[in-house]
Amino acid sequence: MIPSHRLPPAVSPSPKLIACHDCDLLQREAPLPAAGAAICWRCGAVLYRSNPGSVERTLALTVAAAILLAISNVFPIVAIESQGQRNVSTLFGAVLSLWNDGLMPVAALVFMTTILIPAVELGMMIVLLASSRPPPRLLRLLLAIRPWAMVEIFMLGLLVSIQKLAHLATIIPGVALWSFGALMLVFAALTATFNVHELWHNMARQSVVSDG
Amino acid sequence: MAERSAAELGLYACRVCAMIARPTAASAGDSCPRCGAWLNRRAPHSIARTWALLCAAAILYVPANLLPVMETASLFGKQQDTIMSGVIYLWASGSWPLAALVFFASIVVPAGKLILLGLLAASVQWRAQWLPYERTRLYRLVEFVGRWSMLDIYVVTLLAGLVRLQSLATIKVGPGAVAFGAVVVMTMLASMAFDPRLIWDNLKDDRGHRPE
Repeated sequence: MIPSHRLPPAVSPSPKLIACHDCDLLQREAPLPAAGAAICWRCGAVLYRSNPGSVERTLALTVAAAILLAISNVFPIVAIESQGQRNVSTLFGAVLSLWNDGLMPVAALVFMTTILIPAVELGMMIVLLASSRPPPRLLRLLLAIRPWAMVEIFMLGLLVSIQKLAHLATIIPGVALWSFGALMLVFAALTATFNVHELWHNMARQSVVSDG
Repeated sequence: MAERSAAELGLYACRVCAMIARPTAASAGDSCPRCGAWLNRRAPHSIARTWALLCAAAILYVPANLLPVMETASLFGKQQDTIMSGVIYLWASGSWPLAALVFFASIVVPAGKLILLGLLAASVQWRAQWLPYERTRLYRLVEFVGRWSMLDIYVVTLLAGLVRLQSLATIKVGPGAVAFGAVVVMTMLASMAFDPRLIWDNLKDDRGHRPE
């Protein structure tokens, strides 16, 4: 918790001041213990966290997630067997058959939220975390597309649909089913370790150095 | 009240990177010196945009629930499923945890989002004073849970993509899925359009004046 001060209007804005993104309350930034979080004094929003070594850890998790995403899209999710007929499907195949059935909006929505945006998000994160001078605009774009990557929800949808199919046919789990499960866990872990506040701070420091 | 918001001091707090800019250095419509985002004290026309998107979502909510999201054709005839009948099917087949999950994600969350966001927008429009802390927490809940209604879109996509056993059974996605997907996207955009800082702007201080 950060104590809030009444700040006279003359106080000049500095990197030490922070405004809550949910209630706009001005507060003074304070150093945090490792693995701590600063909470807004007024509305309880998380202002920033501290997790030392987050850049390296998040980068490692992001590379792992990119590999898992590739595997998940190349290999079939499940094979279905019913009375001698066999049907093998990948996620992209499911999207494609939806498109061919004339349901373009739904096909596009599924393609964007489960394949395209997660892939773009991971690519952007690798660039942001690995480069010595990450472009601020890229981080802004990343924050804008993040809510639309829905791997974890897709995984749950996969479980529900398998449960529904279990009554109709024999289901043989494919490689992508396991890799999607792993991807969901890695995605959750990298979302937890990714420290946006720290990245913005590094960018601010770099621009001061290059200006001076 | 010993607290001041950035806007009350005439400062601009960047919505994306939380950088604080002085009015001498920036004015409304400028871009943030750090990340290049559009600087505004409050999201422009936040309430009007929230209402517009909520109205669109409420209209689409009707076909989303009445039209079939899934059409199953098998040797035993044709069957059409709406969102609700899909939940009932899961319940009847004995998978109660999944039925509860789908009921929550597809029925409770979209309806709850429409009602709660409408309530929040109305409370800001009427300059309500009550429970700002709770209303902010409610907003954060709506934003966090909202994405999960995409679940059913994934379920019908996967079922349609996986079940293509020509002679035995085919599952097609129905027109209700287009409307349902649109409801999810519209309500997500509506919650992004809502600026929770407006909740706090309307608060009067102890003497009944707006702090200025």
